Amino acid sequence: MVTAAVLSGSSILAATGEAVERSDGGILAAGAWLIVLVPFLATLAITLFGKRLPRNGGELAVGAVAFVAVYGTVLLLATWFGDGIVYEGGVTIGAFGGFEIEWAWVVDGLSIMMFFVVGVVSTACFVYAVGYMEGDVRPTAFFASFTLFAGAMLMLVSAANLIQLLIGWELVGVSSYLLIGHYWEQKENSSAGMKAFLVNKIADIGLMIGIIIAAITVGSFTISTIMKKVVETDAALDDVAVVIAVLLFIGAMGKSAQFPFHVWLPDAMAGPTPVSALMHAATMVTAGVYLTARMFPLFEEMAHEALDLVLIIGAITLVIAGLLAIVQDDIKRVLAYSTLSQLGYMVAALGAGAYTAGLFHLFTHAFFKSLLFLGAGSVIHAVHSNNMSDMGGLRKDMPRTFWTFIIGSAALAGLPPLAGFFSKDEILAAFNEGGHGVVLALGVGTAFITALYMTRAVSLTFFGTYKGDGHPHESPAIMTVPMLGLAGAAAVAGFLNVPGITDAFYKLVVTRLVSAELLGEHATSFDLTALGLGLAAGVLGIAVGYRLYYEDASTQHERDRLRIPGLWPVLENKYYIDDLYMNGIVNPIKGPIARFVNWTNGNIIDLIVNAVGALTRGFGRFVYGGLDQRGIDLAINEAGAGTGFLGGKLRYIQTGKVQQYAAALFGASIVLVIGFWISIT
Amino acid sequence: MTIAQFLVLSAAMFSIGIYGVLIRRNAVLVLLSVELMLAAVNINFVAFCRFLEDTAAGGQVFALFIITVAAAEVGIGLAIVLLIFRNRASANIDELDALKW
Repeated sequence: MVTAAVLSGSSILAATGEAVERSDGGILAAGAWLIVLVPFLATLAITLFGKRLPRNGGELAVGAVAFVAVYGTVLLLATWFGDGIVYEGGVTIGAFGGFEIEWAWVVDGLSIMMFFVVGVVSTACFVYAVGYMEGDVRPTAFFASFTLFAGAMLMLVSAANLIQLLIGWELVGVSSYLLIGHYWEQKENSSAGMKAFLVNKIADIGLMIGIIIAAITVGSFTISTIMKKVVETDAALDDVAVVIAVLLFIGAMGKSAQFPFHVWLPDAMAGPTPVSALMHAATMVTAGVYLTARMFPLFEEMAHEALDLVLIIGAITLVIAGLLAIVQDDIKRVLAYSTLSQLGYMVAALGAGAYTAGLFHLFTHAFFKSLLFLGAGSVIHAVHSNNMSDMGGLRKDMPRTFWTFIIGSAALAGLPPLAGFFSKDEILAAFNEGGHGVVLALGVGTAFITALYMTRAVSLTFFGTYKGDGHPHESPAIMTVPMLGLAGAAAVAGFLNVPGITDAFYKLVVTRLVSAELLGEHATSFDLTALGLGLAAGVLGIAVGYRLYYEDASTQHERDRLRIPGLWPVLENKYYIDDLYMNGIVNPIKGPIARFVNWTNGNIIDLIVNAVGALTRGFGRFVYGGLDQRGIDLAINEAGAGTGFLGGKLRYIQTGKVQQYAAALFGASIVLVIGFWISIT
Repeated sequence: MTIAQFLVLSAAMFSIGIYGVLIRRNAVLVLLSVELMLAAVNINFVAFCRFLEDTAAGGQVFALFIITVAAAEVGIGLAIVLLIFRNRASANIDELDALKW
């Protein structure tokens, strides 16, 4: 039964009385559940039949995400060229207490944007993965988990209620665990998977408590109901809004790998490269940003203090992660820390109240970061090493990878007219406009650092002479074509939201049930201060990077010459945060817990088990000796003996003499006659 | 003639029959006594039929049946006695106790 929680144009929640016409999207939006269902069905099909298919299930996986990409694109075009779709539909699954549990999907600008990004980036990564994973040990398991990963993210972004969001959230966690630990034969890979899972789990506790408090306060898990209360400035919700917002953000910090939960993301590089590409671009790490954006009116209207926390966490993350990216040798780790840093930008933008800017950076970043990861994967595929010290001079051997990587790097460094330039500029402008001077300075500084580490990565990988073994070759077309596609997207995506010129993206993401005023300001013209600072930082970063790293040397270690004493060891050891967690949290907890559990096992559980065993033995003995032998057997034996005894006595009646029998017969007849005669008189 | 006279005769014959069955040692005489009991029953049937003025003559029909059955019974009974006599050279039923415990 499809319950029509359908919200059409007339019910737009607006703080002011302004009425905006919205369409409900018709059959297109009503059928959006297919977007979620198809990947899950594909996962099932791959698990069951994948091994029998020529590509080990890769074709099913690609088909599923390609469907999502097409559907997402159609929805995107429909909302752009229509009035903007706002729709909520659902199926009630059950109810307990006053809470209805339903599978409900929301189709509005924000979720359509995510459908599109997840669909397109997944399609690119999946097609690439079909080439990349050829000859892998467990391709079917990989494709099944990979499809589940995309499906879980779609479940998350389509969720109209917080329970469903949580289910998607946890499924993303589970499938990422499977994917990061794909090569589990090596201990560090499975440990990385476990680390990602556990760190996420800790943060998820915040999310869960936040959801529970919100649901109890509002009386519903449905996000639109919560938004309605926000718009009505419900007093009960207002009281706990800051707590809810902070708790939800703690969950977001875990998935989006914000400081201090950032430690899992670089280790998650243990997974196959397509996984890293998807995880860092469209799925998983964007979930936290998405959650914050989805609940943004709550932060903006009722929990401004929480928004400050968001800003601070984002700012810390963007700087510390950016600095770490400079010292990494593993090319994927450079990109991983870069992702952290860019996520910091997004989170800080949301914290500064720039809803559109944060999401726009998510959008553009998805394209160029997945591109960079696929490029890195292509290089790794050719060199058979993750380390840049084994690379160098690949420009000639891998021209397509080189050029697409250059486009991605330039986009990340924020060079016009590529995507990153516009989105980063908008974030810096938001910092400037919000009066967050320190954060602006950090943002601009990190823009410099970003340009620096990307120049370093490009120089060490593609310029100079080759330092590795063998002869690297360009990857096959199945891998380079998705990269070319993403490069195209990374080049043009920025034009969707040029301040004062185009506002397609802005219009898209504010097409929501809540009116646009609740979603922060949108820059209508270029902020020249921020623009100038950001661009200058980027160009300066590239220049410094060129000066430091371009020149070739006999070893990559020699080329890598920026080694500031004092700072360098700190960065090499990741600010000792991992050690702090390991020695300060994990081991102190692990040791006593292990001892306690061991003690419990030896003294309590064994005691119980032994006692139960002894008790059972005693009972068994009683049942055997007391009940069975002396009770039941006795009764049966006695019954048998009694019958035998009686039979022995009675056999003497059988004399064999016919006349005795006849006498008995006549005697009995006479007795019967007398009895009959007595009874009738 | 009253019915009581017939009934007395019948009872007397039946009692003599029982006596013969229980006391006699010779198997042939035991069979003979059984016939006597059956004849007593037949007298009862015919007498009641006459005195109750049964137009359908059910008692007489039954008497004929019993005569037929009795003839068959004696036929089989004598055959058994004959075979026993041939096997054991005796018709004393006291000795025929092979079926005892």
